[in-house]
Amino acid sequence: MTQESKIPLWKQDGAKPFIQIKNITKKFGEFTAVDNVSLDIFENELFCLLGGSGSGKSTLLRMLAGFETPTSGQIIIDGVDMANIDPWDRPINMMFQSYALFPHMSVFKNIAFGLKRDKVAKKEITQRVNEMLKMMQIEEFADRKPAQLSGGQRQRVALARALIKRPKLLLLDEPLGALDKKLREETQFELVNIQDKLGVTFVVVTHDQEEAMTLATRIGVMGNGVITQVDEPRDVYEYPRSRFVAEFVGSINIFEGRVFEDQADFVKIDSKEAGSKLFVNHSINCAPNQKVAVAIRPEKIRVSRKKPDTEYNCLYGKIIDIAYMGNLSIFRVKLESGKIVRVTLPNLVRENQNPLTWDDMIYLSWDNDSSVVLIS
Amino acid sequence: MSKTTGTLWLGQFDTIRTKFDLLRKVRWGRLSVISIPSLWLAIFFFIPFLVVFKISLAEPAIAVPPYTDLFIWDADNAIAEIKLKFGNYLYLWEDSFYLDAYLSSVKIAAISTFFTLLIGFPMAYYIAGKKSSTRTILLTLVILPFWTSFLLRVYAWMGFLKKNGIVNEFLQAIGLIDQPIQMLQTDFAVYIGIVYTYLPFMILPLYTTLEKLDGSLIEAAKDLGATPVKAFFLVTLPMCMPGIFSGCLLVFIPAVGEFVIPALLGASDTLMIGRVLWDEFFQNRDWPMASAVATVMLVILVVPIMFLRTGKNEEKQ
Repeated sequence: MTQESKIPLWKQDGAKPFIQIKNITKKFGEFTAVDNVSLDIFENELFCLLGGSGSGKSTLLRMLAGFETPTSGQIIIDGVDMANIDPWDRPINMMFQSYALFPHMSVFKNIAFGLKRDKVAKKEITQRVNEMLKMMQIEEFADRKPAQLSGGQRQRVALARALIKRPKLLLLDEPLGALDKKLREETQFELVNIQDKLGVTFVVVTHDQEEAMTLATRIGVMGNGVITQVDEPRDVYEYPRSRFVAEFVGSINIFEGRVFEDQADFVKIDSKEAGSKLFVNHSINCAPNQKVAVAIRPEKIRVSRKKPDTEYNCLYGKIIDIAYMGNLSIFRVKLESGKIVRVTLPNLVRENQNPLTWDDMIYLSWDNDSSVVLIS
Repeated sequence: MSKTTGTLWLGQFDTIRTKFDLLRKVRWGRLSVISIPSLWLAIFFFIPFLVVFKISLAEPAIAVPPYTDLFIWDADNAIAEIKLKFGNYLYLWEDSFYLDAYLSSVKIAAISTFFTLLIGFPMAYYIAGKKSSTRTILLTLVILPFWTSFLLRVYAWMGFLKKNGIVNEFLQAIGLIDQPIQMLQTDFAVYIGIVYTYLPFMILPLYTTLEKLDGSLIEAAKDLGATPVKAFFLVTLPMCMPGIFSGCLLVFIPAVGEFVIPALLGASDTLMIGRVLWDEFFQNRDWPMASAVATVMLVILVVPIMFLRTGKNEEKQ
């Protein structure tokens, strides 16, 4: 591997995208499910479309698979326009949310189904299916029917069936949605390993931001038929570009305020809600005195009983709720303005001699580079 | 020795206790639910069948009812006599007329069932694909003919199919034929009658399975490279087998025993077991013979179906 290839494709200038979604719109009657979406996905990516129900993410996925026809726009995969290509002729396979395993066929036959349609020689089918069974560690279930499998086993069969044709692109609709929490975490990493090993481009649809964070090379956050932000997981979390993204991915505290000083490398905001002047060390494009929102993640807030020595980003309030989660504790702090701030603190020691408790008055503060200003 | 008997006694005590526990474990709720249909079957199916079977072993007689008793009690000599005549069954086997009638009934029923399936499947498929408000209307239309008497509907077909009936008139009017075609009193008319009458019995079970069919299965098949036609034959059709099976049974069984349709629409030589039964009962007044025919018909129909059913259940497990 050369040094150059370690830079992800989406950061290279002039890199050729593998999937080009150009101004795709899908309307169901009066309802616009997907609204003028454009998106480039690169080879070997594990791209996550993250959104709530009704955000249009599944419709977009189904258009890639060919089950829905776009009302307008163009989908190009590996240089080929998909407009007149039927689902059964596309170099794409899909893993369905319900897995959609054929209940009347054994696991082996389910996996072999795609190869048989391609009229692959019988010997090769047997060999390839056996390899796949081995890779997915489901060899002993080859003769079972889907009804005789557990949820996790079914998920593996579905993945095996979708991968057997070595598609250029694999679409996964909520791939881990039907699994319990523990199994989901294990499978997440496994899925990433498989993707890495086979070098197939994955497009995953999910509503679970944690799932998107662990899986994705990049996340596209969708809401109301529009992709609002496309970025690497860390950037989506740390630098949300809109209120929608900030609130959808993880939890966040948002304070309304007005800009009173706007410089090239910082902004100062006066927030009645926060009861403090707020300082953010990045510039924004805004009019003087514009109304903006400052967002700060709960884990980036410091807590102290003494007033910290700072003019900015210093809030004062009363603890009204504590939730002990084991690895961390969540505090809900009520400010004088009535605004409730969520703070999480790691539980660094087992027994705290002077623990924070209900009705304690505390100061909240954070660094200048911890918060972001949201205009939209 | 005493030790052994002691153990034995304890063992017996254990079994008694287990029996007592078993008695307490009987699920009365479950039993009462099952007992109603069981009682129904016993009273209206099994006992009448035994009566028919009993009559089939008697001899015809000029009496009321027109057959001899199986059980004769000679009070003077204190002799109880049971007389079973298996001659009817022997005769059924020897006279090819009955065998022909059976085979012909099965043939007519099988062909009709096939055509019912052929017509019913697309209809059920179409209905299941519609949105739910449209489905209700279409299903009502399917069931609507039942609101008219069955006999009336068969008579209506006579009006359609007769020499100067609507079909012939129409074909002549458009110049397709010069002479009216003989349609009534043919096997063709019998097929039409049976297919028409039993179509709803095919459509309803098919509709139920098709409606439950998970659409993503078809999409998965297409996604894996199956054309819509392939997807239909490899996924939709196999998934519909339970519906096809029950639909075919619901049509085939009554069609084998059908009497009215062949009598009204069929030719005089259209041989069906239902007609033979009718003739034995009401023309010849040979009740034992008629009962033997009925018994054999039941055995021929029910036994293979029972085997099919258990076979299917085992496969499922």
